[in-house]
Amino acid sequence: MTQHKIQFSPVMRVRGLDLYYGTAQALFSVDMDIPKHQVTALIGPSGCGKSTFLRCLNRMNDLLGSVSIQGKIEMDDGTDIYDKHQDPIQLRRQVGMIFQKSNPFPKTIYENVVYGLRIAGVNDKKTLDQVVESSLTRAALWDEVKDRLDQSALGLSGGQMQRLCIARAVAVGPEILLMDEPCSALDPKSTAKIEDLILELRGKYTIVIVTHNMQQASRVSDYTGFFYEGKLIEFDRTQQIFTNPKNQQTEDYITGRFG
Amino acid sequence: MPSSESEKAFVRGEAKKFWREGEYNVWFSTLSIGGILLMALTLLVVVTINGLGAFWPSKLALIKLKEGTTYLGEIEQTSRQPNSKEQRIQVKIGNRDLYSLDFKWINLDEVESITYPEEVIALEREEYGNFYGFLKEVHSPDLASGASGLEAIWGLGDQAKTNLSKLSAELRAQAEEMESIRLRRLDLAYKNPQSPRLAGLDKTLAEMGVVFETQVSAQEQAAVESQAHYALFADAGGREKEIPLVKIHRFYYPNQMSLPAKLGHYAVRIYELFFTEPRESNTEGGLFPAIVGTVILVFTMSFVSFPLGVVAAVYMREYARKGVMVQAVRVAVNNLAGIPSIVWGIFGLAFFIYFVGGGIDAFFFPERLPTPTFGTGGVLWASSTLGLLTVPVVIVATEEALGSVPSEIRHGSLALGATQFQTLMRVVLPMSSPRIMTGFILAMSRAAGEVAPLMITGVVKLAPSLPIDLHAPFFHLERKFMHLGFHIYDVGFQSPNVEAAKPMVFVTTLLLLGVVLLMTSFSIFLRNRMKKRFTGRTF
Ligand SMILES: Nc1ncnc2c1ncn2[C@@H]1O[C@H](COP(=O)(O)OP(=O)(O)O)[C@@H](O)[C@H]1O
Ligand SMILES: [Mg+2]
Repeated sequence: MTQHKIQFSPVMRVRGLDLYYGTAQALFSVDMDIPKHQVTALIGPSGCGKSTFLRCLNRMNDLLGSVSIQGKIEMDDGTDIYDKHQDPIQLRRQVGMIFQKSNPFPKTIYENVVYGLRIAGVNDKKTLDQVVESSLTRAALWDEVKDRLDQSALGLSGGQMQRLCIARAVAVGPEILLMDEPCSALDPKSTAKIEDLILELRGKYTIVIVTHNMQQASRVSDYTGFFYEGKLIEFDRTQQIFTNPKNQQTEDYITGRFG
Repeated sequence: MPSSESEKAFVRGEAKKFWREGEYNVWFSTLSIGGILLMALTLLVVVTINGLGAFWPSKLALIKLKEGTTYLGEIEQTSRQPNSKEQRIQVKIGNRDLYSLDFKWINLDEVESITYPEEVIALEREEYGNFYGFLKEVHSPDLASGASGLEAIWGLGDQAKTNLSKLSAELRAQAEEMESIRLRRLDLAYKNPQSPRLAGLDKTLAEMGVVFETQVSAQEQAAVESQAHYALFADAGGREKEIPLVKIHRFYYPNQMSLPAKLGHYAVRIYELFFTEPRESNTEGGLFPAIVGTVILVFTMSFVSFPLGVVAAVYMREYARKGVMVQAVRVAVNNLAGIPSIVWGIFGLAFFIYFVGGGIDAFFFPERLPTPTFGTGGVLWASSTLGLLTVPVVIVATEEALGSVPSEIRHGSLALGATQFQTLMRVVLPMSSPRIMTGFILAMSRAAGEVAPLMITGVVKLAPSLPIDLHAPFFHLERKFMHLGFHIYDVGFQSPNVEAAKPMVFVTTLLLLGVVLLMTSFSIFLRNRMKKRFTGRTF
């Protein structure tokens, strides 16, 4: 394993992570430190396990059934998120997720943003109003929707919906945001907006983003991990990966020789 | 020839299109939909015409036969004699008490003349159906001298009717009161046979019994007195008949009526249909108790079927571990939907009435036994049976509805830290509610149309009281009830006078269709609102 020694304070440490879908192994002994308040991009050909890895970080794999996991994922306070006593609900409030296909609820824009708070029992109108404004502002959506908060979120454009999902995730106050190819269904203009947004959020949140798009990875990320056939082949500063990869497979992939 | 070549090619192309591109399928579905629509429409039209036509005050024809007899009645239909070409007419001649048959077929070639005399009168009576004839004279001890005509003494008859119905209402109230005291006494005697209060209750009962007796004789007296107001009529052949005014529900002169008068008459009859009790072993009068019974039945059924079905489906789809077990349950549910409804009725009788109802009686009302309270058919058990019968429909619809909620949406909710239950309540159920509603609608229409299981779980031909009234606790779900569907069966096939019952069968069918239509339209309205609300954009 060509693990380069990198200096940063990790917010999550993944150690020896193996994952099986039934009997089929999808991740092989993955080790990775996720740098705090930085953007980490995960790249690799389809089916190499990027999404699977991402879902491990907020235990969304628990929901798929017949998934078994070995190894450890430690938070910065030293707790293992897969520990028996860990509450996945609590974890998911700290580790938000944005999906490939934007998935706003069929509710009003307002109710979409406050959903996470409401299920946590927050119903104070003033708090909710504040959170709606701040989250939508963070997601660079406030100006576009502030006059129609009580309209259905399904009336928004694709890009707006995806930003609404980001606002919805931000509203619960997570530390980490996981994004699984958030722009793959969007047009270039909306993609650019989301990328700008990621750069904005950088520094306040730790972001892990899966992307198919090499340019996107190089534009938005500080660190990049290259996955191939369920293994983390190389993980390093983005600049390093894109200019001087250590591994031949990485080089082949980013120069477009396969994948 | 090039042109015919290209024509052939064109035809071949078209044929290819027809077979290969499945155009014949489109034709086929169009035809079958057309066929279904046609059948539904025909049924509706037949039922509507026959049902609504029944209340129209048609003219009374005086038919004189060549051999001398005369008949008076409404001409119902003309048809050909089965074995010859002769035309014949069917006449509703009424006067069942005089002729015993109130419909008659008459061959047209035996008829000498048909006239429509102005002065013929039609009576709707409390007994024996309609009377058609001529008014001769009126009698009443209170009649002002010189007055004549039915109108003159009609008020007196009305007074007598009001008086009689007041007396019988008092009688009924007294009987109910006595019954409740008797039940209290039974209860007391069961719990404490030595109770000193027993004697007191016995004394009250005896006193009330005396009052009851006097009320009974007062009513009998009034009934006899009311006979003094009567009118003398004659039928077409001149046979005379005295009819007391209290036995006449309404009179009219059909051959003198103008169109507005007929319309007014018609409106009153429709009103009576909806809001009054049946008469003449259900072949006349209103359908009010049957309408109320049907609506309450379906309503109560919903309270059994909907929660049960939705909860079961939610468990199977959202919580149960997928596997052989769930699959087996699913197959079982689908099979339940195919069980004949009469079997459900028998199950309801055994389980609800004998087991549950019997248990309730043994536990709560032991003093009344062997007279059952809950251990006999009633609205509650009938609707529980219908509830079970329709549960499969609700389960299947709900499961499909839940399955149609995309997993991305569920994951979106869970990723925000929602529990599975929160996701279910806040996102999944609201999103599936329109489709669940569709299941409810299907279940309701099925329940409203079922008759067989009701016949062994509590429907009756004539219920003494409604399952809902103004006496606490307002809903008396242990009571027997009437039902439009059963009414159709009973009036149409169990009544001795089939011809007289026919219009009522059509009217009842029409009403049943109307009630179902009304309930389902309301649900569809609700569903559309939900759809708008929970799926936002509508394409
Ligand atoms: N829910 C699942 N059940 C079984 N196998 C899965 C499931 N999700 C993904 N896989 C398998 O795991 C491997 C990695 O998939 P994934 O993480 O989606 O790849 P990527 O996101 O890099 O394209 C693939 O071989 C895929 O077929
Ligand atoms: Mg993926």
